[in-house]
Amino acid sequence: MDAIILQILNGLDKGSAYALIALGLTLIFGTLGVVNFAHGALFMIGAFCAVTLQRILNISFETIDPTRTDFLGNPMKVKTTYVETWFGPEVGASIIDWAVPLAILFSIPIMIGIGFIMERGLIKHFYKRPHADQILVTFGLAIVLQEIIKYFYGANPIPTGAPDVFKGSFDFGVMLGFDANAIIYPYWRLVYFAFAAIIVGAVFAFLQFTTFGMVVRAGMADRETVGLLGINIDKRFTIMFGIAAAVAGLAGVMYAPINSPNYHMGMDFLVLSFVVVVVGGMGSLPGAVLAGFLLGILESFASMNEIKSILPGIDQIIIYLVAIIILLTRPRGLMGRKGVMED
Amino acid sequence: MLGLNKKDLSLLLVVTFLALCAPFILNPFPTDSSLAQFNAGYPDLMQRFVIFGIFAIGFNILFGLTGYLSFGHAAFLGVGSYSAVWMFKLLSMNVLPAIVLSVIVAGLFSVVIGYVSLRRSGIYFSILTLAFAQMSFNLAYSVLTPITNGETGLQLTLDDPRILGVSRTESGGIPVTNLFGLDMRDTYEMVVGPWSFQFNNGYYLCAILMLISFYLAIRIFRSPFGMMLRAIKSNNTRMTYTGLNARPYTLAAFVISGMYAGLAGGLLASMDPLAGAERMQWTASGEVVLMTILGGAGTLIGPVLGAGFIKYFENIFSKINESVLHTWFGFMPDGLEDLVITLVYPFVGKGWHLTLGIMFMLVVIFLPGGLVEGGQRIAGLFRRKKSGDDANKSTQSTPAE
Repeated sequence: MDAIILQILNGLDKGSAYALIALGLTLIFGTLGVVNFAHGALFMIGAFCAVTLQRILNISFETIDPTRTDFLGNPMKVKTTYVETWFGPEVGASIIDWAVPLAILFSIPIMIGIGFIMERGLIKHFYKRPHADQILVTFGLAIVLQEIIKYFYGANPIPTGAPDVFKGSFDFGVMLGFDANAIIYPYWRLVYFAFAAIIVGAVFAFLQFTTFGMVVRAGMADRETVGLLGINIDKRFTIMFGIAAAVAGLAGVMYAPINSPNYHMGMDFLVLSFVVVVVGGMGSLPGAVLAGFLLGILESFASMNEIKSILPGIDQIIIYLVAIIILLTRPRGLMGRKGVMED
Repeated sequence: MLGLNKKDLSLLLVVTFLALCAPFILNPFPTDSSLAQFNAGYPDLMQRFVIFGIFAIGFNILFGLTGYLSFGHAAFLGVGSYSAVWMFKLLSMNVLPAIVLSVIVAGLFSVVIGYVSLRRSGIYFSILTLAFAQMSFNLAYSVLTPITNGETGLQLTLDDPRILGVSRTESGGIPVTNLFGLDMRDTYEMVVGPWSFQFNNGYYLCAILMLISFYLAIRIFRSPFGMMLRAIKSNNTRMTYTGLNARPYTLAAFVISGMYAGLAGGLLASMDPLAGAERMQWTASGEVVLMTILGGAGTLIGPVLGAGFIKYFENIFSKINESVLHTWFGFMPDGLEDLVITLVYPFVGKGWHLTLGIMFMLVVIFLPGGLVEGGQRIAGLFRRKKSGDDANKSTQSTPAE
C-alpha cells in the first residue's frame, strides 16, 4: 500500500509538468487550430527566466573590508549584492533565496510578450496553411529559440535551487500511519503539484466565469459566428496565445529546482506533451490535464521494480504504448469531442 | 532510354555526372590555400552526402508524394545500421549481405509500423510515427542492450564469431569492411599541382547505390503508382469515392521509404561499422524532414540538394571559429572588425544550428517549394529579362518535379 501511494506521489510532479504544457498546447490548438511544436521551447524559456532572475539578484559589487584579512594578509575583498545593500542583509538574503518563486512574477510579462510576438509575427500567417506547414515552421522556431538560449547560457545544466524552506523531504508515511521513512517526498515537488493545481484551476475559472472566457469558449466552438456578431475574436485569441505561453513558462519556472534547466529540456518534454494532448483528446482542456496526470502516474508505476521484473523496459515505453493503443481504438482521445481532427 | 523521358534522363545524367565527379567538384581550392577549409572532397563527408541523399530521397517518396509527414523515419535508419553491424559480426566483412539484410529488416519493421500508423492521417500520423520511433529509441537504449549494446553503441570487437572470414587480421586488428576484397576504406589520392583529389571505394559504392535509388525514385514518380500517391495527397476523400482503397498504396510508399532509410543505415554502418541508439532519436528524424523541405519536397532533385546542403554546412560552418573570422574581417578597422565578428559569431561554429533553424523557417515561410523553387524563380527572372512575352511558357520548362 505504501509503495502504491509513493508511486502516485512520484507521478504527480512529472504529471503536473505534462498537464501544464499539454494545457497550453490545447489552448492554442483549441483556439487557433495551430499545432505548436515550439511549446516545449516556451517551457524551457520559462525555466531560464528563473535562472536569469537568480543571476540578476546575485549581481554584486566588491568592497574592501579593512578589519579582516585574507590568507595572504591583504585586506579582504567582500562581495555584497546590490539587493542586500538596498533591503538590508537579512531581507536581501531571503529575496535571493526566494529567487525561483519571485521569478513567477518576473516571467509572466516576458512570456506573455513572447507569446504575442510569436502569434502576431509568425503564427498568424499560418492559419490558412496545412497542418504540416504549421508543424514545420514551429519546429524551426523551436530550434532557433533553443539555440539562442544555448548561446547565452551555454550547453550545461544550470543548478537553480529552491528556497531553503522547501529544501529537504518530508515524511508522508507517518501522517498516514505507515512506518517512518516509508513514503518520503521532497517538499518542492509538493509545492509544484499545488502550484500546477492552482494554475489549472485559474485557467479553468478564467474560461468559465469571466465574460472574456465565455467569448473565447464561444469562439472555440464556432469562430465564424462569433466574428459575425461583431466581436474581435482574433484579438482575444491572441491574448489566449499569450496566456498559453505564460502557462508553459510558469511550468518551466517552477520546474527549475526539480531538474536543472538545460537548453534541450523543452524538446524532451515536447514529445511527451504531444502524446499527452493526443491521449487526452485534441482540443479538450480537461482531457489534457487528466491525461497529463494519468500518464505521469502510469510512468512512475511502470518504473517500480516489481513491474520492471515482469516486463523489462516497460517504464521506457509505457507512455508511447498507451498513446498508440488510444489512437487506434479511440482516436478522439479520452475526452475529445467527436469529429475534431479525427480522420 | 531507361524508360525515362528526355527531361528526366538529362536530370539523371546531370546527377550521375555530379556524383561521379564529386571528388573534383567538391575540391575546388588548392590544399594549402586559406580557402581549403571549404573543400568538402574528403571521403567521410562525401559518403555522408550521398547516404543522407538516399535517406532523403526515400523520405520524399512518402512525404513529397502522399503528404504523410512521418516524424519517425530515423528508426528505420537505426534498425538498418544495427542489422548491418550484426551481419559484420556474425557472417562476414563483405558489405553486400549486410546491406541486403539492413534493407530487408528495415522493410519488415516499416511494414509493422506503417500498418499501424497509417490507420490515422494528418497530425495523428505524425505523432504515431514519432511515438513508435521514440519507443524504439528508448528500447534500444535500455532493455535491448544485449542486441544494441545500449549507450556505448554496437561495435566490432576482436573476438566476433565471424563465419566467413577471420575474427582478427594477422596483425591483430579488426578487419575492415570490403566488397569482395575491395576495401571500403581504401582511398586513391591524385595530386595535380597544388590540388589533391581523393577517390574512395566506399564513396563510389554509396554513389552508385544513390544513383540506382534516384533512378528508382524517378520511375516511381512517373509511374501510375506515383500518380495514385499524388491523388492521395491532393484529395484522399475523392479518391476513396471512386472506389479505390488508398491504404495499400500509402503502405507501399511507407515501406519503400522505410527500405530506403534502411539502405542508408546499412551504408552508414558499412562505411564505419558502428551503430548507436542516437541515430534513432527523433531529432534525427527531424533532420531528414529538414533536408527534404529545405531542398524541396515533392521534387526529384530537392531532397538530394537539401541533404548535401545541410551536411556541407554542418561540417564547414561548424569549423569556422573566432580566429578564422578575424582573418576574414582583418581588413576592416579594429572597432568595426570586432563589431562584425560579435554579430557573425553566434551564427557560425557551435551556433550553426541557429543558422539552420533560421534558414529552415525562412524556407517554410517564403519558399514552400524549397531550394528548387528558389532556383526556378531565379531562373524565371532571368528568362523574363531575355524575352519578355513568353516568360510564362519558359518557367515551366525548368526541370521541375
